[in-house]
Amino acid sequence: MSENLNEKNGGPGIPASEANGYVSLSARRQSSGKLGDAVFKGVSYAFALSVIVLMALLFIVLVKESWLSIKAFGFSFIYTSVWDPVAQEFGALPSIYGTLVSSIIAIVIAVPISLGIAIFLTEMAPKRLKGPIGTAIELLASIPSIIYGMWGLFVFAPFLSEYVEPFLIDYLGFIPLFTGAPLGIGMLPAGFILAIMIIPFISSVSRDIFQMVPSILKESGYGVGATKWEVIRKIVLPYARSGVIGAVILGLGRALGETMAVTFLIGNAQEIKLSLLEPATSISATLANEFTEAVEDLYLSSLVELGLILFIITFIVLALAKLLISRFSYKGGQL
Amino acid sequence: MRRMLLAFSALLVASGFAVTASAELLNGAGATFPAPLYSKWSYEYAKQTKLKLNYQSIGSGGGIKQVMAGTVDFGASDAPLGAKELKEADLVQFPMAIGGVVPVVNVKGIAAGQMKLTGEVLADIYLGKIANWNDKKIADLNPGLALPNDKITVVHRSDGSGTTWIFTNYLSKVSPEWQKKAGFGTAVNWPAGVGGKGNEGVATYVKRIKNTIGYVEYAYAVQNKLNHAKLNNKSGAFVDPSMESFMSAAESADWKGTPGFGVILTNQAGKGAWPIAGATFILVPESPKECAKAKDVLKFFDWAYNNGAAMAKALDYVPIPKNVSDLMEQSWSKDIKCNSQPVWGK
Repeated sequence: MSENLNEKNGGPGIPASEANGYVSLSARRQSSGKLGDAVFKGVSYAFALSVIVLMALLFIVLVKESWLSIKAFGFSFIYTSVWDPVAQEFGALPSIYGTLVSSIIAIVIAVPISLGIAIFLTEMAPKRLKGPIGTAIELLASIPSIIYGMWGLFVFAPFLSEYVEPFLIDYLGFIPLFTGAPLGIGMLPAGFILAIMIIPFISSVSRDIFQMVPSILKESGYGVGATKWEVIRKIVLPYARSGVIGAVILGLGRALGETMAVTFLIGNAQEIKLSLLEPATSISATLANEFTEAVEDLYLSSLVELGLILFIITFIVLALAKLLISRFSYKGGQL
Repeated sequence: MRRMLLAFSALLVASGFAVTASAELLNGAGATFPAPLYSKWSYEYAKQTKLKLNYQSIGSGGGIKQVMAGTVDFGASDAPLGAKELKEADLVQFPMAIGGVVPVVNVKGIAAGQMKLTGEVLADIYLGKIANWNDKKIADLNPGLALPNDKITVVHRSDGSGTTWIFTNYLSKVSPEWQKKAGFGTAVNWPAGVGGKGNEGVATYVKRIKNTIGYVEYAYAVQNKLNHAKLNNKSGAFVDPSMESFMSAAESADWKGTPGFGVILTNQAGKGAWPIAGATFILVPESPKECAKAKDVLKFFDWAYNNGAAMAKALDYVPIPKNVSDLMEQSWSKDIKCNSQPVWGK
C-alpha cells in the first residue's frame, strides 16, 4: 500500500531513478516509508493516549463538581439512605443498592439464556435457522433503550402485575424477597427488563467466541466418542471461558449504566426494601429524574457525586473482569 | 463538479440567511408544564409577525439558571421566586397561565368525582398513615361508597417538577405533620409510594395499577380519563377540578399585595376555588442588555395575554384574568429598564 503511494507521489523522482538504477529508488522508498510509519505511529499513539486523557479529565471534572457534596457528607454519603432535597440531606445507599441488585438480577437471568442461545446457534442450529436468529439478536441489540422502557411500562409491567407477581406472592411469598403488592414495577421488573436488554449483547459476543473454537478440537472430541453435550461442556465452554467472561462483563457494564428503561420500571423510591417486588431506585434513574430541577448547589453536587460513584463502580467491575479473564484464559492443554 | 459547487454555494447562502434569521429569534427556557402552550402561542405568533420564539422545556430549575446567566431572553418557572430572590437576581416575574393539580384514584367501582377527600386525609394517605382504602377516615367522608379492604398504592412524581411543588405546598399548608416530615419543593423525601416519571408516568401508573392514588396536572387527568377525587377547600365546600374552580382560585388571590407577584394559589379562600391550583411564571431580566430584544419578548407576552386565552383553554390551561394581566403590564413599564429607559410603554 505505502509502496504504491510512493510510486505515485514520487513522480518527479522517477527519471532520476532510471538513471541511477534500482537501488537508490528502493532506498528512497524505504526512507519515505519510514517517515510515513513514524507519522502513522505518532498519530495513532496520540489517539490512544487521548482515551486516557479523556478518562482522567472526566474523573477530575466529576470530583471537582461533587466536591461540595464530598465535603458536606464525607463517607456518610455512601452508607446513609436519606434523600431529602427539601432539607438538603443526601445519602446514596438506596441508589447504589438498586444499581447493584437490579444488575445482579439481570445477569443471573441473562447469562444462562444467552449461553443457551449462543451454543444453539454455533453447535446445533440447522443452517437455515442460524442466519435469521443471529440477525434477530443483532437487531434486538440495536433497539434504543427508551423503546424497551416504554414497552416495559405499557406491556410488560401489566403482564407482570397480572400474571407473574401474584403467582410469586402466592407460592413464594414465604421468602421475604417476594412479599408486597403486585405492582408490576419495582426491583424485579427492572432486573427483568435489563436482562432482556443485555441478552443480545452477551449471546452475540459468546456466539462469535464459540465459533472461534478450532474445529479440530471438537472433531477430536467426537472422534473419541464424546457426545454433543460432552464436547460442549468439556471442550467448547472451557476453551471459550475467558471470552465468555468478557461477554458477561460487557452485559454487566451496560446493565449498570442503563437509564431510561430502568427509570420507567424500577418505581423510583429512595428506599431499601428486602422484597424485590417493592419499588426501588438506581443511580442512573435518580440522575435522570432529578437533574433537571436541581437548583441548589449542594443538591446538584450530590447528583454529580452519584455519577462519580457509578464511574467508580464501573471501573471496579472492569478491573475485576480483567483479573478474571487473565486467571481463566485458556492455557493450551489444561482445559 | 459544477453542480456540486452550485449546491455548495446554495448551502452557504442558506446558512447565511439562517444566521441573519436567528437574530429575530427569541430564546426561552424553563418549566415543562406550560411548554405545549408556549409552543402553540409561538407558532401562531410567528404566523402573524415572523418573529420566532424558541422555548426549551428543560425544567424550572434550568430555566431560572439560564435566565440568570443571560443565555436566554426569558426563563419560565412553575414555582414563583420570592421577592428577595428576584431582587438578588435582578429579575422581574409575572404569571402566564394557571393550572390545577388533581388527585386521581383507581379504585374498582368508583367513578370520577365520587370520592370525597379532605386535605388532611390526602396528606395522611401520602404520609402512609392511611394505608387501606376502607380506613375509617376515608369511609367517614364517603358514607355511600363501597370501599375495598385493599392497600393503597401511592403514586408520586419521581422527577423534580413544578407539579410536585404545588401539590406538596398544598399538603404542607393543610397538614402540620406533612410540613414537618416532608415539606414542599420540586422534589421531596416521599414517605411512601412509587415514583412515575412525568405527568404521563404518574397517569400511566394510576391507570395500570389497581388501588392507586396519584396526582397529575388537570390536562392529563382529562386526557387520560382518570377518575379525580373531590377536595374540600378552605371555605369548606367540596369542589371538582375545572377551569372555573381554578379561575376562582386565581381571582381570590391577592396579586397586588404580593411583592414580586409570587402568588401561591394553593388553599385559596374563594367559595368555588380549587385548593391545589398554581400559576406558572415567566422571568425576565430587570435591566436587559439588548433593549430591542427585551421589548420583543414583552410584546410577545402582551400578545399572549390579549389573544392567547382561547388557545390556552383549548389546551386545558386557564388564562390569566384580565385584571391580573393589566396589573402585570403596569409593572413592566415600571420595573423593566434598559439604559434607565423603560422598555415597555404603550
